[in-house]
Amino acid sequence: MEMTQLALVIDLNVCVGCHACVTSCKEWNTSGQAGSMSDDRPYGADPTGTFFNRVQTYEIGAFPNTETLHFPKSCLHCEDPPCVPVCPTGASYKRKEDGIVLVDYDKCIGCKYCSWACPYGAREIDEHQKVMKKCTLCVDRIYDQNLPEAERKPACVLACPTSARLFGDVHDPESVVSAAIRENGGYQLMPEWATKPASHYLPRRKTRIKIHADELSRADNPLKKERQLPQPGKSEPSLDDVTSW
Amino acid sequence: MQTSASTATTQDRIEVKNTTCYMCACRCGIRVTVKNGEVRYIEGNPEHPLNQGVICAKGSSGIMKQYSPARLTRPLRRKPGSERGAGEFEPISWEEAFTLITERLARIRATDPKKFALFTGRDQMQALTGLFAKQFGTPNYAAHGGFCSVNMAAGMIYTIGGSFWEFGGPDLERAKLFVMIGTAEDHHSNPMKIALSKFKRNGGRFVSINPVRTGYSAIADEWLPIRPGTDGALLLALIHEIIRLGLYDRDFLVQYSNSAELVNLDENSSEYGMFVRTEVPEEEGCFDPQNKLWWDRNTNKPVVTHAAGADPFLLGEFNLKDGTPVKPSFQLLQERVKDYTPEWAEGITGISAATIRRLAHEMGITARDQKIELPIAWTDAWGKEHETVTGNPVAFHAMRGMAAHSNGFHTIRAMSILMSLLGTIDRPGGFRHKAPFPRPIPPCAKTPKGPEGVQANTPLGGMALGWPADPDDLFVDEKGEPVRLDKAFSWEYPLAVHGLMHNAITNAWRGDPYPIDTMLIFMANMAWNSAMNTVQVRDMLKDKREDGEYKIPFLIVCDAFQSEMTAFADLVLPDTTYLERHDVMSMLDRPISEFDGPVDSVRIPVLPPTGECKPFQEVLIELGSRLKLPVFVNQDGSRKYRDYPDFIINYETEPGSGIGFLAGWRGKGGEKFMRGEPNPRQWEMYAKNNCVYHYHLPRSYQYMRNWNQGYLEWAQRHRLTRYAEPINIHIYSEVLQKFRLAAQGKSDGRQPPDRLRQRVDTYFDPLPFYHEPLEAQLSDNARYPLNAVTQRPMAMYHSWDSQNAWLRQIHAHNYLFVNPQTAQAQGIADNDWIWVESMHGKVRCMCRHSEAVEPGTVWTWNAIGKSKGAWNLAPEANESEKGFLLNHLISEELPANRDGAHLSNSDPVTGQAAWYDVKVRIYKADAGEPEQTSPQFTAVPSAPGTRKVRPAWQAYFAGKGKWK
Repeated sequence: MEMTQLALVIDLNVCVGCHACVTSCKEWNTSGQAGSMSDDRPYGADPTGTFFNRVQTYEIGAFPNTETLHFPKSCLHCEDPPCVPVCPTGASYKRKEDGIVLVDYDKCIGCKYCSWACPYGAREIDEHQKVMKKCTLCVDRIYDQNLPEAERKPACVLACPTSARLFGDVHDPESVVSAAIRENGGYQLMPEWATKPASHYLPRRKTRIKIHADELSRADNPLKKERQLPQPGKSEPSLDDVTSW
Repeated sequence: MQTSASTATTQDRIEVKNTTCYMCACRCGIRVTVKNGEVRYIEGNPEHPLNQGVICAKGSSGIMKQYSPARLTRPLRRKPGSERGAGEFEPISWEEAFTLITERLARIRATDPKKFALFTGRDQMQALTGLFAKQFGTPNYAAHGGFCSVNMAAGMIYTIGGSFWEFGGPDLERAKLFVMIGTAEDHHSNPMKIALSKFKRNGGRFVSINPVRTGYSAIADEWLPIRPGTDGALLLALIHEIIRLGLYDRDFLVQYSNSAELVNLDENSSEYGMFVRTEVPEEEGCFDPQNKLWWDRNTNKPVVTHAAGADPFLLGEFNLKDGTPVKPSFQLLQERVKDYTPEWAEGITGISAATIRRLAHEMGITARDQKIELPIAWTDAWGKEHETVTGNPVAFHAMRGMAAHSNGFHTIRAMSILMSLLGTIDRPGGFRHKAPFPRPIPPCAKTPKGPEGVQANTPLGGMALGWPADPDDLFVDEKGEPVRLDKAFSWEYPLAVHGLMHNAITNAWRGDPYPIDTMLIFMANMAWNSAMNTVQVRDMLKDKREDGEYKIPFLIVCDAFQSEMTAFADLVLPDTTYLERHDVMSMLDRPISEFDGPVDSVRIPVLPPTGECKPFQEVLIELGSRLKLPVFVNQDGSRKYRDYPDFIINYETEPGSGIGFLAGWRGKGGEKFMRGEPNPRQWEMYAKNNCVYHYHLPRSYQYMRNWNQGYLEWAQRHRLTRYAEPINIHIYSEVLQKFRLAAQGKSDGRQPPDRLRQRVDTYFDPLPFYHEPLEAQLSDNARYPLNAVTQRPMAMYHSWDSQNAWLRQIHAHNYLFVNPQTAQAQGIADNDWIWVESMHGKVRCMCRHSEAVEPGTVWTWNAIGKSKGAWNLAPEANESEKGFLLNHLISEELPANRDGAHLSNSDPVTGQAAWYDVKVRIYKADAGEPEQTSPQFTAVPSAPGTRKVRPAWQAYFAGKGKWK
């Protein structure tokens, strides 16, 4: 546990499903070290391309008690990644120094074993380069000494308008991500697979207002100044309805 | 600046430039990294006040807009002998295009300038386009506001002197309860997302009222599904409950609104329904003189408002000395909402009475018991000093969902009144203004009053768009009939403050009120998603008179992309993208001000224009110079401005006024702001400062600005406004009453034509009321029981992004979302092909079941469907095979009714297009029908100058010279 493990924490309580993370990832990475990221039929039928990060939207519950949940999904950089041992060439690997799971394109033969092994569907084959691609946590940004420190973060984290994406070392208890997980009920996806995903999600949280009945009446009710007090409706029940003395 | 382009080598040429995004109308600051002349990366500018470094899906996809195959790159002329709509073009030179336009427009201007019409889309340059139209002398100018959200602007500005989005918004930094009603995801985009997230993390409670739960509503603490078009009923019931329980902010209403002012109720008086005045001198200026009366509780006598020591009654009825019966306007409001009970509203809105009561209690108690006291001293307009600024932390936001109904104006008046009852106007935690608002109610700008305002070879005798204060401000002839083509500011739509672009083509085609000669459309897709009744509007655009001439003889379209509209043009002018031009977000238009002070910003090119593209701004400067429109030429008739950047620096609203398009770094050395001599280095100074100028008002000027003496005098000194008078909230609208009195024949001034008297009398009610939307009143609700609405996806802006290879992967085609119980009642399964039909037309599309929509509503994403071949998409693209447009079901005109045959399908007060009034039914398509959307349109070819080859696949990689 003492090693650094970089990861994302995604706060579902504030994600509005805007897809900023999806396309900011694409624009950074397509011309970066992990690029390019191809698009098939870009102007034709059923366009489809490589994305390291996608947002899925789910409806939970039945009307009117419906929740609409936006769910951004990318590689979770598992601590015990099933995609690594299945790779026949050693192309799929987990970095010791920061826990990022990467693919070495020079070794990858595009056999797709890793994508079959990944229970989260977080890998995408590039049909044109014939290599497997995935989220790198913008490894070509986060250590770039040419960038101001505040900008040494994955593109999706910088872009996110609701700051729903937090980035840091989940092994460092002082990090912003560890605090968020600890304090807000952060959880992992499908822990039963024992993949130990490094990235976590924060659940929805509801804020309600409790109104006490006696808060509705106050000594300084402004209606008093109008020679009027709040009046109950004439048809509301009164003793007159139930007794004649 | 150091490069962040990670794959850069020493030979690579890397440039990083700041400019302003234009992937939607939000106008975030962006930083663009260009590698060897190609866009490497577009990121949010962390030093920009609007987006603070964040960027959205659209902004992050600017690369694919820049390199879209749909880009027009050459001026085009419709091929001789080809028909409009076929999209057959031949390239011509800019010189030929300018010569052709100049000859034509000079002839029109010398004879009848109103035969030239200029209508523009969401262009962000209304100050320049409006100036051009005014200088030309045509009244027929408007931007997209009439079919967007004019009800929001007019309803709020005629009530509180300010409005949502550019001109004001919810203070979520301090609010505790936030109520969002009918807001689409793009108004206001990134700032709303930033604020909403902070608000939730600070423990605020977020309630969303919307027929559909998407986007922002998804993260609401409570979702209240409401039937479309019934927001007014809900708001009036909330007002009912808040008044009934005394949960309103009495002090605020007394001091800062006309609630306590006495209304003349003598039915025989010509002043019936008007405020009683102590003296009635000729009132000058466009502000409310402080000459009205209160009934003082202490002396039990009428006194002048705000008299020292006075405390007026808000309720009651009184008689003046002369016997005139009067009531405070708040009394009239209480009477108005008496029958608008929560139980009444439950039956209309679908929200239970108990929920409506609870919501009213949450609002009232939060506002009353969680008061904010900021230690900020300020002085009010009556000279009274205050030690603190008070806030009642209940905030609202609403946009087109409420606005785009024919009852929207009164709904939004009701919302503004509710916000005022809670005491939340320009206070912390409530609604906050943004400069140049607040403005007088109504603002001062006026149109000419009659046809004499339109003269050959002369600028228009007023603004093309204005803010009528009474019937004499209408723009009508001696018979009371419209002067403008779209009939704005006529008795049909008296307060059409943004015009009625949605009727311009139909009216021009019909020749009602008159035929025109030339229409110039900038950046508006009027042959598709910006038109109601799209199929017939397309026919009108190509319809001919008996002599073979088109009914709209000459059509010029300027756009950066091959939209559906370009196919109908006689002349196409290729605009640049936002990365290739100068632009201003000007205080004269809709700046990007913050709550704490005025902000304006600029675009500065990061790339050279593609092909022969020319910014539309340059086109206007060129045409203005060639036509010798006064502001564009020197006294000797020679050209005054070299180009658009030169114009922006040196243009002043009047010679020596010191007011120009940009407020920052004015004065010879850039030492002044808001007002000052032109500064030749102004662009450089913006470039050095993140392309933005932000003036932070002193804290004592940041709140209560309607009545804040310091602020009002500051605004007057800096010429944001002519008057430093208090802007009291119009709970009761005397402006509306003036129109009603005219309709009733009780006033001396102008009166409506008889056919419109009843309409004006009904809808110009000085207090808000609920009525069923007009289409529902005129349609068979048993046959068409469902409401149909659209929503904006966050990853698309109108029709702009279907040519964007990345964004169209998120929304390639759309579905009609239907509650499963509604679908199953028709035997419709998920993904079935269905027909959706209104009284005006029908569309075949695919159904998707959704639990996140109320059962009486069906909805879809706006403008995802496309006409074949448009936007240079392949004929088999999803957008035209499976995507569809709801517009085919919506008419731009109402069915003939007692008020006339050709009334716009719009709000009768403002002319706001009633997009969301449409009523529909759905049924399953037959098994034998093609699995393809209907209607279909003949494919148009790729225009000359667009990229001919659509690649089977592509992989963008910047900097290798393959894309520029």
